[in-house]
Amino acid sequence: MSSSCRRPEHMAPPEVFYNEEEAKKYSQNSRMIEIQTQMSERAVELLSLPEDQPCYLLDVGCGSGLSGDYLTEAGHYWVGVDISTAMLDVALHREVEGDLLLGDMGEGLPFRPGMFDGCISISALQWLCNADKKTHSPPKRLYRFFSTLYSSLARGARAVFQIYPENSEQLELITSQAMKAGFTGGMVVDYPNSSKAKKFFLCLFAGVSGVLPKGLDSVSSDRGVSNQAQFTAQRSRYNNMKGKSVKKSKDWILEKKERRRRQGREVRADTKYTGRHRKPRF
Amino acid sequence: MKLLTHNMLTSHVKGVTKGYPLIIKATEVKVNELEFNPQFVSRMIPKLEWSALIQAAEWLEQSQDLPSALIPNYENDEEFLRKVHRILLEVEVIEGCLQCPESGREFPISKGVPNMLLNEDE
Repeated sequence: MSSSCRRPEHMAPPEVFYNEEEAKKYSQNSRMIEIQTQMSERAVELLSLPEDQPCYLLDVGCGSGLSGDYLTEAGHYWVGVDISTAMLDVALHREVEGDLLLGDMGEGLPFRPGMFDGCISISALQWLCNADKKTHSPPKRLYRFFSTLYSSLARGARAVFQIYPENSEQLELITSQAMKAGFTGGMVVDYPNSSKAKKFFLCLFAGVSGVLPKGLDSVSSDRGVSNQAQFTAQRSRYNNMKGKSVKKSKDWILEKKERRRRQGREVRADTKYTGRHRKPRF
Repeated sequence: MKLLTHNMLTSHVKGVTKGYPLIIKATEVKVNELEFNPQFVSRMIPKLEWSALIQAAEWLEQSQDLPSALIPNYENDEEFLRKVHRILLEVEVIEGCLQCPESGREFPISKGVPNMLLNEDE
């Protein structure tokens, strides 16, 4: 959570900033609880999980479990990862249902491939953009996080991150590393015209090109003004009626390679030669 | 740490190829009670690495007549689902450590939370 005058990431690394005092604030400040719960609700909405089905979700930067509690209430089971022992202690004290892990998301997620039906992260990702140690390289850490997240997610799963981006460079850094790791998706901005209510949600799709949800707006949005920035790693044209790529086309080849990567198999890298049209006598 | 999570965890240290499954050395285990949700359990069973689950149950001495191989048509066997529910979600490791089968590196578990933080060189 960033205060109105200063950004927490500039003050100290997360495991230091979220000490016992700050962690206590989280469990007692009703306004914080309300905001975090609202954002968790919106993030789960953006996940577009199948209805009435309990899912297995990952909560990155779960902290004191405010977002996790919402997941439990929605009937899901979850695993939370956080770097601050003080925050996790509060979560244990509040007896959250999810399983907690002490870990640094920049070091990568320690899971087998294809385990989770979805991932949410509330107000955590921006912490990766700052180098807290001399050995840290933010782009590398972001990439390590996104690539391990990509493999940890099941096929067609989504990851929704509520973030407070400092500037457009930071946003660019985050989205470029996510794309590099294989994700597609984009930013959904709620209430873009209100500086107080404005919220950024980064929605990433693992493997399937989904339709980006619309951002909330207090003004009716039939002006046709887009409040989203969409990016896709592939252009798939001429899909057949089922929405799948035409067999053997370049898109089909890329999707198949993606699928196999997610299964954990060794696949050659995608280059400009992948799926290139070859002469008939080849 | 519940056994459902343990079944998903591997060692993410650089250079380790066979970091799964992590060997559990538990000094304190607790069994809670959790509401039984057959839909969730049936959905999770195909994702599980069954042999790793049986092995983990043995380490914690909670095997309790779980079959060593998955029975077909488990979705309708409520008794079986209840047993799986118990071993996945109700048995918790509170204190102990997880050991990587390849490198021997240990991840301590304290108050039910495994510490997966890596060192500088990993």
